[in-house]
Amino acid sequence: MAHAERILESAKGSEGIEVYLASGVETEVQAYQGGIENLSSAASSGVGIRVLRDGPAGAQVGTAWAGSLDEEAITDALREARDNARFATEDEFIAFARPDGVTGATLELTDESVLTTPLDEKIAMAIELERIVRAGDPRIRQVDSANYSDYVAEAAIVSTTGIRASYARSGAYLSVEAIATDGKSDQTGWGLSTGRAPRDLDIHEAAKDAISRATRMLGAVKPASMRCTAVFDPRSTATLLSIIGGALSGEAVVYGRSFFANRIGEDVASPLFTLVDDPTDPRHFAASVFDGEGLACRRNVLIESGRLKGFVYDTVSARRAGTTSTGSAVRGGIAGSPSAGCRALQLESGDIDQAEIFRRVGNGIFVESLTGVHSGVNPISGDFSVGVTGLMIRDGQLAEPVREITVASTLQRMLLDVLYVGSDIEWLPGSASGQSLAIEGIAVSGS
Amino acid sequence: MLDQRRIEELSSGRDRGAGIRVVVGETTGFAHTADLSESGLVAAAQAAAAVAREGGGGVREIALGPLSNYSTHATLLPGDVDKAKKIELLHHADDIARSQGSSITQVQVALGDSSRRFVVANSDGVFASDHQVRTRFNISCVASGDVGMQTGYRPVAGTRGFELLTMEAIEDAARGAAHQAITKLDARPAPSGDLPVVLAGGSGGILFHEACGHGLEADAILKNASVYAGKVGQQVASPLVTLVDDGTVTGEWGYLAIDDEGRPGARNVLIENGILTDYMWDYLRARKEGRVSSGNGRRQSYQHLPMVRMTNTYLLAGESDADEIVAQTPRGVYVAQLGGGQVNTATGDFVFGMTSAFLIEDGKITAPLRDCNLIGNGPETLQRVDAVAMDFSMTPGTCGKDGQQVPVGTGQATMRLSGVTIGGTAS
Repeated sequence: MAHAERILESAKGSEGIEVYLASGVETEVQAYQGGIENLSSAASSGVGIRVLRDGPAGAQVGTAWAGSLDEEAITDALREARDNARFATEDEFIAFARPDGVTGATLELTDESVLTTPLDEKIAMAIELERIVRAGDPRIRQVDSANYSDYVAEAAIVSTTGIRASYARSGAYLSVEAIATDGKSDQTGWGLSTGRAPRDLDIHEAAKDAISRATRMLGAVKPASMRCTAVFDPRSTATLLSIIGGALSGEAVVYGRSFFANRIGEDVASPLFTLVDDPTDPRHFAASVFDGEGLACRRNVLIESGRLKGFVYDTVSARRAGTTSTGSAVRGGIAGSPSAGCRALQLESGDIDQAEIFRRVGNGIFVESLTGVHSGVNPISGDFSVGVTGLMIRDGQLAEPVREITVASTLQRMLLDVLYVGSDIEWLPGSASGQSLAIEGIAVSGS
Repeated sequence: MLDQRRIEELSSGRDRGAGIRVVVGETTGFAHTADLSESGLVAAAQAAAAVAREGGGGVREIALGPLSNYSTHATLLPGDVDKAKKIELLHHADDIARSQGSSITQVQVALGDSSRRFVVANSDGVFASDHQVRTRFNISCVASGDVGMQTGYRPVAGTRGFELLTMEAIEDAARGAAHQAITKLDARPAPSGDLPVVLAGGSGGILFHEACGHGLEADAILKNASVYAGKVGQQVASPLVTLVDDGTVTGEWGYLAIDDEGRPGARNVLIENGILTDYMWDYLRARKEGRVSSGNGRRQSYQHLPMVRMTNTYLLAGESDADEIVAQTPRGVYVAQLGGGQVNTATGDFVFGMTSAFLIEDGKITAPLRDCNLIGNGPETLQRVDAVAMDFSMTPGTCGKDGQQVPVGTGQATMRLSGVTIGGTAS
């Protein structure tokens, strides 16, 4: 912090400066065949500096970053940021965040035991995870990787506009990928357990997930093309929600790069669909007290009972839209500038579990994993086409596994075609939680 | 980056550090630090050596050879080019794109360059350094019509300096991105199901990157987590397929003089006339098999562990005529540009996205199609290559694996697959 304050003091005249300091420690263990394959430990820190110059037609902003906190690197970054600002276009909407009176939530997001748990215990967890998966089912022929990882990250943002924010977060993860075989072909499944510290992790849950996902896909066939109801599992739903969250970014909206633009107040989804972005809910792994500009994070309702209620904004996109920041600036580390984005999406849960959804759907497809999301979904046009593995749903129950198919529709259509929302919410890494979600009228491409 | 005709962001950054690997038997310990003082490096080395604490101590003398010093082929280093000149280029591209049609409502142009210097030393005596300079330009356009918005995209990227960005290359990309978006305004939903697919030269190379490239990386092979494990010498593809991974193509996006383990980049034939000849290797995987690395050990930065990665992966050109391949396809899909893809190496199932595609009807390219994914199984798809033309070209891309991004090139000439599943919605 002292570093940062010193940089602010160097501001010349009406110049604005924002300093983002980040540091973290992390450990990663990969187990293989009963031993350690890789063990990594690292501490890193860095600074991102933005400089604002006032001009006749608006402000100019320049950015620079450095992957260390030594004096020389910071001095260089400040000089570069100042120089870069000279070349930016003067823009009346460019500004730094100013304190807006909203108080940060009180959240317990750091568990110090990440740092005090002996390394040997962390290593033992990864090795044990691999052992349990290998021993769990005779059809498991390989465990590609069994990983334990954790981190503690801290960040601080200060600015000449009065922002003083600092926050910290810890996380611990177990993940495992299993390969199962029936002698004719192989299938894979991965399992996961997440928490704020090693003690939150459930080795058996991660192992069971990987084993069941890999083995139940054995014998998967490529079905004929059809149109049917698709039930997305919680992980796939979370992926879907993240994509929709991208189109709810105020930045995409003000630039006309979202299919939600100019549709506030319209019914854009099924009445069952209520979507909020709430980083103040500590159950989200990406929960945060402050946003990427140092404003308090808050709960934002985006779609309520199918009606489009609002977008998430950072300071600049809000000014362009004639509104105020929703405390939703996100930044991709020290090298990234703030932009508007969702960080903790949550779909309001329905009151039926997954089995009941299968019963009500009767016949359809259960989507267990998605591939090619970055290549097959266009968040601007709304076109949606992704590779899928999963199982058929017949007579209300899971039936034969299927693979090498795609499911396709448009995001606009899918939101309106939601049939059921499950009660089985899962808290996952990333910007969204998820639960089972049934959507009708999906085109399945197979043979 | 130029967005909405404004220079929204001009950003520069600097990173400096060291990564240390300690290998004991099958175990690797790794630590990295931004503290390059002697005490900082020793602390990192101790952290990396934590895995070796069970082993016996002892001191080994290591004779490092003279430093093998490599350097960039760039003639105009990014730092020597005035920022105002770079910005002028962005505005010019924006103007060109907007002048292609009034339906172009959004243009984003970005230019980035990087200068990366590194030294690698290891206890086998490798001691090498390189200076890699890369330059990248992208343009994205949005066209708006009665039934929504469509997008177009073109990259220009190379392991070169600013000389890469000639006026011609920039204008060509700007026109291409704008036309792609405008054309797609009339696009109809892509078909759903199995059809012949003609892939235009260039970005179609991503097919091989996904359908078999990742499965030929030795880390997946040694863990028996690839459908191509144990198949050297076997026919794994149509005889028309000769696939090469080649770090030596000067100036291409995946070019490297030496890889991140100090091994010179090499031209490695992976599949020859359909027969699997070899895999790609890094230092660790090669050592385990008692052979040498193929120059495919790469890492995103000093903060990452090296692993087996592709460089420039391409299919050698064939003897057919590109136009005739289309003319001899009664019904199918013509893919002018592919987006990214993804593969599960253990099952061989892969997807890749088409970002510019058309129907082929009666041997002619007709209606534009909306974006969608294609899906296939690597070994099956490689057998279905039934024509390869002469019009070879390459495309830059970014390959992600285990959370690490590295620049790669892919290439091929116009070619046809006798059948692939198209993930559209039209029956």
